[in-house]
Amino acid sequence: MVNELEFEKPLVQLKEKINELKKFTADSDVDLSMEIEKLEQRLAKLEEDIYINIKPWDRVQIARHPERPTTLDYISELFDQFIELHGDRLYGDDHAIVGGVAFYRGKPVTVIGHQRGKGTKENIRRNFGMPHPEGYRKALRLMKQAEKFNRPIICFIDTKGAYPGKAAEERGQSEAIARNLFEMAGLTVPIVCIVIGEGGSGGALALGIGNHVHMLENSTYSVISPEGAASILWKDASLAKKAAESMKITAPDLKELGVIDQIVPEVKGGAHRGVKDQAAQVDSVLFQSLRELSKLSSDQLITHRHEKFQKIGAHTVLTEML
Amino acid sequence: MLKDIFTKPKKKKYATIPSENAKNDVPEGIMTKCPNCKKIMYTKEIRKNEKVCIHCGFHHTMTSPERIKSLVDPESFVEINEDMTSLNPLNFPDYMEKIEKDRQKTGLNEAIMTGTALINGHKVVLVVMDSRFRMGSMGSVVGEKISRAIAHAEKLSVPFLIFTASGGARMQEGVLSLMQMAKTSTALKKFSTAGGLIISIMTHPTTGGVSASFASLGDYNFAEPGALIGFAGRRIIEQTIREKLPDDFQKSEFLLEHGQLDAVIPRNELRDRLTTILAIHEQEDISW
Repeated sequence: MVNELEFEKPLVQLKEKINELKKFTADSDVDLSMEIEKLEQRLAKLEEDIYINIKPWDRVQIARHPERPTTLDYISELFDQFIELHGDRLYGDDHAIVGGVAFYRGKPVTVIGHQRGKGTKENIRRNFGMPHPEGYRKALRLMKQAEKFNRPIICFIDTKGAYPGKAAEERGQSEAIARNLFEMAGLTVPIVCIVIGEGGSGGALALGIGNHVHMLENSTYSVISPEGAASILWKDASLAKKAAESMKITAPDLKELGVIDQIVPEVKGGAHRGVKDQAAQVDSVLFQSLRELSKLSSDQLITHRHEKFQKIGAHTVLTEML
Repeated sequence: MLKDIFTKPKKKKYATIPSENAKNDVPEGIMTKCPNCKKIMYTKEIRKNEKVCIHCGFHHTMTSPERIKSLVDPESFVEINEDMTSLNPLNFPDYMEKIEKDRQKTGLNEAIMTGTALINGHKVVLVVMDSRFRMGSMGSVVGEKISRAIAHAEKLSVPFLIFTASGGARMQEGVLSLMQMAKTSTALKKFSTAGGLIISIMTHPTTGGVSASFASLGDYNFAEPGALIGFAGRRIIEQTIREKLPDDFQKSEFLLEHGQLDAVIPRNELRDRLTTILAIHEQEDISW
């Protein structure tokens, strides 16, 4: 097994043991099939224990898995004739966000998403999926284009966050994110957002003002990374695990908080274990969303989006507390 | 003497300059030398390859008839306003003579061809500039023909496709040329507001007033590889800032990296890519 995660270690060890026994049985006359069967039963139970009772920190690990499918993986699985469009027409082309036009089930759509690299070289080129302002401005440009030609917009969210750099600040990182939130609120076409990996803070939200927002089972969406939270709250980034437990960053948590609409089930062990199967899961949720939203008029879509985000939050009045 | 056979011949004292007659010994057009890789190949060969160098991929300039022929469905191009020609509103010396000379040279009446065409069955209004005619510069005729083509596209409810190749505004028509930037841009605004699709494909060179108006206003801005695209000329910038500019400055790839282009599309992929874009825009029904 390649790239197993820390919490999967017991599984890996058990699987290795089973393989060893199998090999031994094949090579010698001793019949160990009984033992193997027993071990395999144990493996199934252990798998269940580990994957069903998965801890938030384990999900963080899965969400960050280097082989986790990225935006471009889903694009190549789910869309036809994708044409990537580049540039914000202002300053540059940010490789940390990809976008373009394509056919989804025979209908034209605009698809945009954060893009991490696979491997060091690509990660450097894509800045580890952390966009600069020009990335957000490119995304907005493509969304405006989609609006003009009445195409639904699909956003894949997968970023640690907007890039915290000097140049990004000079070019107005805050303004770029704010502008996206503001403009996306008023778009007259359906917007479906799917968090496929890490949904890191404002950098994720800048592609996240959708009529529907879905999340893959093992993805995360939060105001800050667990490491960041730990260092702010407890001045110790190594307490990230503890932060992850308390911050409510997993899909089930967000569903409960009313921030997301649906949880997209993942392949056992995480999306990286089966890209095609995972794409099929995303496909069915996406299709359902688009079908629902395409029934709404432009005004209804804007109202729908407005109400969705107005509802989020927790508050009460003082008198009720007493 | 026998000894001379074994020694190198002495350098010639005089450089031989081929006579004017000798220059014409090879009939023009049989061979083409690629200005990029300096390799020589049969003109036929390179024409077959849509005028892309078979060795280095360098995109040679296409004339407007060549462009139309290589892009659209056979016999589908119907030209409009082909008779329109320039006046000399400023009485600029020698202007009319130059126009006449270019007319002879190119067989065109102006630096632009406009009309309707089919691209893989998709109907479009197609505008192609021709850099052989006054360097594709934009005077009143170019501006007017573009505006009329845009209006035509709006009337037919079809996409507007333009291949730009221009040195910029035409000096001989002064401020009237400048105003063609305004004329074409306002025409595009009206078309765009009505929901029209604008595709701009910038070819070598697209500079000055043309790059600062309709060429940059596409819903999709594409360019051919290696095309020079920019507002101010390289020399002017270098003289102004007193700095040597990088070699790739104002090339398509440079512009792509700086966010100005949607994509750089090699000529042999152009027809397919345009077909996809046109197909995406043809579908009106978005109910699922």
